[in-house]
Amino acid sequence: MFDPLVTDLSRLQFALTAMYHFLFVPLTLGLSILIAMMETVYVMTGREVWRQMTKFWGVLFGINFALGVATGITMEFQFGMNWAFYSHYVGDVFGAPLAIEGLMAFFLEATFVGLFFFGWDRLGAKQHLMVTWLMALGTNFSALWILIANGWMQNPVGAAFNPDTMRMEVTDFMAVMFNPVAQAKFVHTVSAGYVCGAVFVLAISAWYMLKGRHIALAQRSFAIAAAFGVASTLSVIVLGDESGYAVTDHQKMKLAAMEAMWHTEPAPAPFTIIGLPDQKERETKFALQVPWVMGIIGTRSLDTEIPGIMELVDVAEGRIRQGLIAYEALETFKADRTDMAAKATFIAHRDDLGYALLLRRFVDDPLVANDADIREAAWFTVPSVPAAFFTFRIMVGVGLLLLLLFGTAAFYTTREEQPPIWLLKAAFLALPLPWIAIELGWFLAEYGRQPWIIEGVLPTFLAASTLNLSDIILTIIGFTVVYGILAVIEVRLMIAAIKKGPALVDELDDLVPGLGERGVGEIPPAAPSPAE
Amino acid sequence: MEFLFDYATLRVVWWALLGILLIGFAVTDGFDMGAAALMPLVAKDDDERRVVINTVGPVWEGNQVWFILGGGAIFAAWPALYAVSFSGFYLAMFLVLLFLILRPVAFKYRSKRENPRWRARWDWALTLSGLVPPVIFGVAVGNTLIGVPFTYDNDLRPLYKGGLFGLLNPPAVFCGIVSLAMVAAHGAAWLQLKADDIVAARAAKLGRVATLSAAALFLVGGLLVYWGALGGYELTSVPDYRGPSFPLDKDVVAAPQGWLSNYANAPILWLVPVLGIGGLAVASVGFSRRMRHSTLAATGVGIAGVIGTVGVSMFPFLLPSNIDPAHSLMVFDASSSKNTLRNMLIATVIFLPLILLYTGWVFKVMRGQVTKAGIASADHAY
Repeated sequence: MFDPLVTDLSRLQFALTAMYHFLFVPLTLGLSILIAMMETVYVMTGREVWRQMTKFWGVLFGINFALGVATGITMEFQFGMNWAFYSHYVGDVFGAPLAIEGLMAFFLEATFVGLFFFGWDRLGAKQHLMVTWLMALGTNFSALWILIANGWMQNPVGAAFNPDTMRMEVTDFMAVMFNPVAQAKFVHTVSAGYVCGAVFVLAISAWYMLKGRHIALAQRSFAIAAAFGVASTLSVIVLGDESGYAVTDHQKMKLAAMEAMWHTEPAPAPFTIIGLPDQKERETKFALQVPWVMGIIGTRSLDTEIPGIMELVDVAEGRIRQGLIAYEALETFKADRTDMAAKATFIAHRDDLGYALLLRRFVDDPLVANDADIREAAWFTVPSVPAAFFTFRIMVGVGLLLLLLFGTAAFYTTREEQPPIWLLKAAFLALPLPWIAIELGWFLAEYGRQPWIIEGVLPTFLAASTLNLSDIILTIIGFTVVYGILAVIEVRLMIAAIKKGPALVDELDDLVPGLGERGVGEIPPAAPSPAE
Repeated sequence: MEFLFDYATLRVVWWALLGILLIGFAVTDGFDMGAAALMPLVAKDDDERRVVINTVGPVWEGNQVWFILGGGAIFAAWPALYAVSFSGFYLAMFLVLLFLILRPVAFKYRSKRENPRWRARWDWALTLSGLVPPVIFGVAVGNTLIGVPFTYDNDLRPLYKGGLFGLLNPPAVFCGIVSLAMVAAHGAAWLQLKADDIVAARAAKLGRVATLSAAALFLVGGLLVYWGALGGYELTSVPDYRGPSFPLDKDVVAAPQGWLSNYANAPILWLVPVLGIGGLAVASVGFSRRMRHSTLAATGVGIAGVIGTVGVSMFPFLLPSNIDPAHSLMVFDASSSKNTLRNMLIATVIFLPLILLYTGWVFKVMRGQVTKAGIASADHAY
């Protein structure tokens, strides 16, 4: 009765719209903070160039922000549209962070973003600065609540299945809020957004310097992006969300898949730098390993074992058998809602109910499943190992590359030297890198969570709405066409705005021949601002 | 405090909050959409269109969050309602999304280029995004009144048995027109307050027509309810007000005048529809006398009264099922758990006043008319 195609197409649509949405979000996160820092310098020093920087990067921020907002609405509605059973099953837990995100974050960012653009003439300098920071705070709060929601999908703490209502319900809201997986994800994701903003500013500033345009603005922007980039990249790498991978069985599975670790290795486990994982043979060919490193990254200790895939499959098999006890008791209780003995049996085993639901993929009635079905369902918990293995390595590689770039850029700017041409070229070419790493990171987190939509609780194939295939195909085409057109328009406007450059600073360049480091600041901030 | 955190009270409070959020959305984003929908009629050249756009330019983004928050609050407080309605109204929701996606982009990108064809295209996108969503929301409310075709299976999985065209039945389309008239009236009141004189004068004329139509249509709606053409259901079992949210454990029958029974039981509820009519009536006078602030307040009150009427008429129904009335979603069997309702209420009590405070401040900072001259001198204008 569950059309797997409906689930697959719903997943495809979610992946398309979420990954598209997340082209804009990280830049919003990073640029909002960078802009707020630039404006802070302006208010503290009164130097006009910093105000122009704030306004110029603000224009680019605005072009990006519009699409981030537009595509974000889709995300909130898609849960109900395409994942009705999911929404019904976990809405009691999962809906709250989304609603609080609206209350605490969206209103803040959306209300003040209007004033950020329209308030320049109506607010004092300090008032406007406050508006900018509140807007930046709003965008970051928004990430916090989304990652609390997403963290719960990876590690569903503080909730239990209630047989009276046939759904998951909150038992401990604080546990949901302070979920360790959510914390790790928040820091990792927000820092990645900062890296993205920093690369964006660094790359475009480098392009201006290569072209010899807007030097005063470009030099300062380059410097602030380099410093911010070093700090953010370190944060992404050191506080990577691997720290959350030791928490649950399936997070361990994801870690094992990323490492293509088929068997448990003695602690501390070695790190496989590169190799060729083979899902059919269940082995990694041509593996090049460094001893100890994986154990230290994955467990932050020398003596904790990291379980391998085979062992985790055995764990899953045990949990399926436990889950069947819960499943049977729940069926008894559904038939007779006064059967308290069945309810008690169910409650004792309910944490494994989700594992029994995995069997629905292979048999209509899990209670008639044989050993082979159970074994198959247990192996179903292994995500695609090559996909996890390679995306992780590309992501980490990009991170290290960016650290090198920012470090070099910061080295030249702290010595107050003009960055060499090769560095400027490298900075410009680095522009797409953060997006590659970020999209792969999300792919790893979400694809690596499969077959679960809520880890250990609800398999993805049960979660979709009962929709007509033609309806989903229509919306996938609709989203693709509209998003595609908007992407083209967005990039064109971005390029036009970058080519046009900041208005006033050009004139300042002319006013102060042989512009030195300090020349621009001498112009009083009260200088009239000509229209664009 | 004990009373406030009682499960039955929490459910009623969240029912009221749902109404407040929907009204908040209709009153704030309503004037954005109304102004955009009226743009081709009130603005004759590019400067005038920019006046219309810039009256809402600084505030529409915050206003739209009422909608997003409404969606989030339904998800959190009424997950069963969220699941059934968003998947059931699938293609209608998709249409709303398309226009809500085009709108932010249209605002932001429209004036970035001088090319008249570029601007004309975005203006159309803006107008349609002010026109289509209010109609669809009205159609959705109409279908909610008459009931939608859904049921539950043994796992409590919602199964929806209708399509997009099933939603477009005459009574529901009628509600869509009421909604559009109301939003247009509100948008006109906003333009009368904020726009340059010539645009404001045209808006006032249209506003009067829209207000009177909205009031007349609302009265017709009342008659349709009386004749049983706009649904009506009745709960025939006694609800367990504090029981678990399990929506299959009750008896419901279709009752042609079911949406009037609450007024018979509590005549004070007549105040709500009277508020709707009264607000719209005052607004029509306000448009003739060009009373700028009070007209906007009156259309706002009118909208609150009309939406409130739907709510109090249907209580305790949230979404009736017309193929399996016993599976209808009710205030007392489709809510979140007590824990979630309580936690969400605490969050709302903390944040909603703050939101009103800073939103009010932003409106105050941006107060005053938007003029052609003002736009020409501002580099940030849309």
